[in-house]
Amino acid sequence: MTEELVTFTVNGQELKAPKGSMLIKATDAADIRIPRFCYHDKLSVAASCRMCLVDVEKAPKPMPACATPVMEGMVVQTRSPRAIAAQKSVMEFLLINHPLDCPICDQGGECELQDVAMGYGGDVSQYSDIKRVVFDKDIGPLIATELTRCIQCTRCVRFGEEIAGMRELGATDRGDRLVIGTFIEKSVDSEMSGNAIDVCPVGALTAKPSRFSARAWEMMQHPGIAPHDAVGSNVFIHTIHGKVLRVVPRDNEAINEVWISDRDRFSYQGLYAEDRLAVPMVKQGHEWVESDWDNALQLAVEGLQAIVKNDSAKQLGAWTSPSATLEEQYLLQKLMRAMGSGNIDHRLRQADFSDQDAAPVMPWLGQSIENIEALDAALLVGSHVRKDQPMIAHRLRKAAIHNKAAISFINPRRFDWHFPVAHECATDMLADLAAVAKAAFELASTPVPAHLADVVNAAAVNDTHRQLASDLQQAENSSVMLGDMAHHHPQFAAIRKLADALAKQTASHLAYLSEGANSGGAWLAGAVPHRGVAGSDAIKGMTFGEMLANPCRALITLNIEPEYDALHGADALAAAKRADFVVAISSYVTDNIKSYADVILPLAMFTETSGTYVNAEGVWQGFKGASVAVGESRPGWKILRVMGNLLDLDGFDYVSSEDVKDELKQQCQDIQLNNSVECTQPVQVAKTTGLQRIGDVPLYAVDALVRRATQLQKTTDAQQNAARINARQATASGVADSDKVKVKQGEVHSYLKLIIDEAIPDNCVWVSAAVHDTLSLGPVFGTIELEKV
Amino acid sequence: MTDTNTILSAHTREEIDEWITRYPAEQKKSALLAALRAAQHQNNGYLTTELMDAVADYLALTKIEVYEVASFYSMYELNPVARHNVAVCTNVCCMLMGSDTIVDHLEKKLDIKLGESTADGRIYLKVEEECLAACAGGPMMQVNHKYYTDLTPEKVDEIIDALE
Repeated sequence: MTEELVTFTVNGQELKAPKGSMLIKATDAADIRIPRFCYHDKLSVAASCRMCLVDVEKAPKPMPACATPVMEGMVVQTRSPRAIAAQKSVMEFLLINHPLDCPICDQGGECELQDVAMGYGGDVSQYSDIKRVVFDKDIGPLIATELTRCIQCTRCVRFGEEIAGMRELGATDRGDRLVIGTFIEKSVDSEMSGNAIDVCPVGALTAKPSRFSARAWEMMQHPGIAPHDAVGSNVFIHTIHGKVLRVVPRDNEAINEVWISDRDRFSYQGLYAEDRLAVPMVKQGHEWVESDWDNALQLAVEGLQAIVKNDSAKQLGAWTSPSATLEEQYLLQKLMRAMGSGNIDHRLRQADFSDQDAAPVMPWLGQSIENIEALDAALLVGSHVRKDQPMIAHRLRKAAIHNKAAISFINPRRFDWHFPVAHECATDMLADLAAVAKAAFELASTPVPAHLADVVNAAAVNDTHRQLASDLQQAENSSVMLGDMAHHHPQFAAIRKLADALAKQTASHLAYLSEGANSGGAWLAGAVPHRGVAGSDAIKGMTFGEMLANPCRALITLNIEPEYDALHGADALAAAKRADFVVAISSYVTDNIKSYADVILPLAMFTETSGTYVNAEGVWQGFKGASVAVGESRPGWKILRVMGNLLDLDGFDYVSSEDVKDELKQQCQDIQLNNSVECTQPVQVAKTTGLQRIGDVPLYAVDALVRRATQLQKTTDAQQNAARINARQATASGVADSDKVKVKQGEVHSYLKLIIDEAIPDNCVWVSAAVHDTLSLGPVFGTIELEKV
Repeated sequence: MTDTNTILSAHTREEIDEWITRYPAEQKKSALLAALRAAQHQNNGYLTTELMDAVADYLALTKIEVYEVASFYSMYELNPVARHNVAVCTNVCCMLMGSDTIVDHLEKKLDIKLGESTADGRIYLKVEEECLAACAGGPMMQVNHKYYTDLTPEKVDEIIDALE
């Protein structure tokens, strides 16, 4: 489709733009500066601030450039006496009620109001009466409000409605009393609420955690990559005296556009947590003492060597965070394999490894992130995508709203979505998925592949399943996506095969929404036990699951807290404790780490180290250190390089993290990303009986950094310490809302508050993992018992 | 979640339902003004957050949308008011015809200011924001749902004293 272009002139310069597009878009593209407050490229046009008034020939009065469509032959002046007079007057009006408290305002120095007032305003105001004052309400732990400064541009209101999909802020009252806010005392709960701070052109909304701590011009800006999900949002890290003060989005249309999630924005607080480890620590007898690096590294290496020598290299295991950098993962596996062990894994929250040989070289999105908003249909399996990968959810939302795409879910429960959802199955993920696959085969009259016959034929298909299958079948651009909860499912292999068959049958992209910032990178780097670098043959070893069943005598952990980061947290902690010698490369020191480790090496983390993350669409995004590492902590790649040297291993002579990356990249050159599953091992489905636990890893519990982000931990989203069941189930189990209940999984138990929640299906109890009160429990899927206390 | 069935009376819900039928099915929002009016009527002439939330749920709107509308229009009261709503028009025409005298008289007579209610809960003097469109009969006031035109202090006394 070719758009009709019209020609017009602005300040004597001839421009072309699509017919009907707004003048300000064309002038922005041509670098002709027109001042504005309410206009924002990503939001609808409000035309309420009037700052962008320009002089249009033959128009009786100045026109707002943001709401004036371009027309053939139009002649526009942005700096004519009439335009300047209009801009000056508007500026004077806007400043009537503005407090001009720039010296104590966080926005000072990066304020659109200041800039535009300097460029277009007058020196003196004719207004001499009393200015209005707004009494602020507390809108939560992330955003500080000073609404006396507000100029009512309504960008934040439109952001909430149009982008975050949650209308939380509004403009109440009228005229000069109009106030932006929540009206009642209430927190703003969107998982991307922080972007309202960026769209605010004045200091009315500022970041609460960094409030009153520095001026904009004192900070240094460094590009970085967000470390929590597989989107790899581009960010700027702002530092002062080497310390991170805040994180803001960096524009990248292909990845995060101009937004970031609150998790990516505010997690940096965890860098300066009280339990951050500053110097290496070693265990002497039963005492922990601080050590210098040489001694600690020497002890670490000797401890590992002793076990390899006295027993075997097979007694050596390594657990790495899926958010560790590519370089860290590559060097850790290189070190492990050079010592003779393939026992390395990053899939700490995966329950089912049975089909790992059929897994792709790198499970990926199967498409570009941008393609998601062009989808006509998508089926997400086991995904609370809104909280798990907020930027992917944002793209899905665009598809649902602008493209009328049929976005559907097969989840263990229902969730609140911020876009129209076509269908939501919330009973048994595996059964529902099998039923949709069956419906798809029936629709196309295709025989069911033999290896899926048992599970598919047993499925009971209902109209929803048929509709889901037909949505995918009819869509030109469709996708089947496997989310976090699919990965946690005890029958992940069956889910993967069914999803693959369904995707193939309906010509959909099979997508993995993987956990952590770099699980894709972990696959490429060989941080898996069954394959080496880039999927090559290498020394094989035990999966994470096998390492829990058969604990190794020596263990290296990289940036994890097993009790939080593993699916079987309690088992993982127990396995770590059973090891004779543990080297914990960790940014934090906790009692639990002290209980199993022998040497703790302080790790420089997010913003402190250089490295690379591979995001879900397979883009390698490198970054440099932006802030000074806390204490004596060192980048992981350097720690591992020196350990390699001390172990006398070949090929550990890197000068920079770039060298490490280049060596790995060389080996990844021929990789074609392909999610297709070539495995015809028959799928067996285990029947579950009795009350079942279902659960997720809440968004602010996914890794050690965000668990220590104090303000994020105060949000509504972080309060996940309860057990949830529906009213019918509560009656059947003899418990009631707000009861304290004993939750039992096999041998282990915990005491939780009960909440009645109709989004939970019958026979299920929703209990999130990785939060303090549920740590002692078993995995998120499994049989569970409830007892009133 | 608030239970709209107990907060909004049967009569209010009936009235809202009737208004909903006047608009296209996907534009329930259009019934918001009428819905708020009905809710206010049910609650002695003022709206509470609870009532506004109930209206939001009933019309499938976000709560803030309802707050915006309720706080924008001067015909909705968001604080408790006395049972008779007295609004003197003070817009240009009525002002020229002497509405200031009427307001002064009322304030003295009732010993309250505009925007206040009498202690006995009988009269509420509303701050009228807009022209009440009875310019030919200025000065004028609206008492509850009724217009009184060509006011004089004596006429005002008569009208006010007749209110229970």
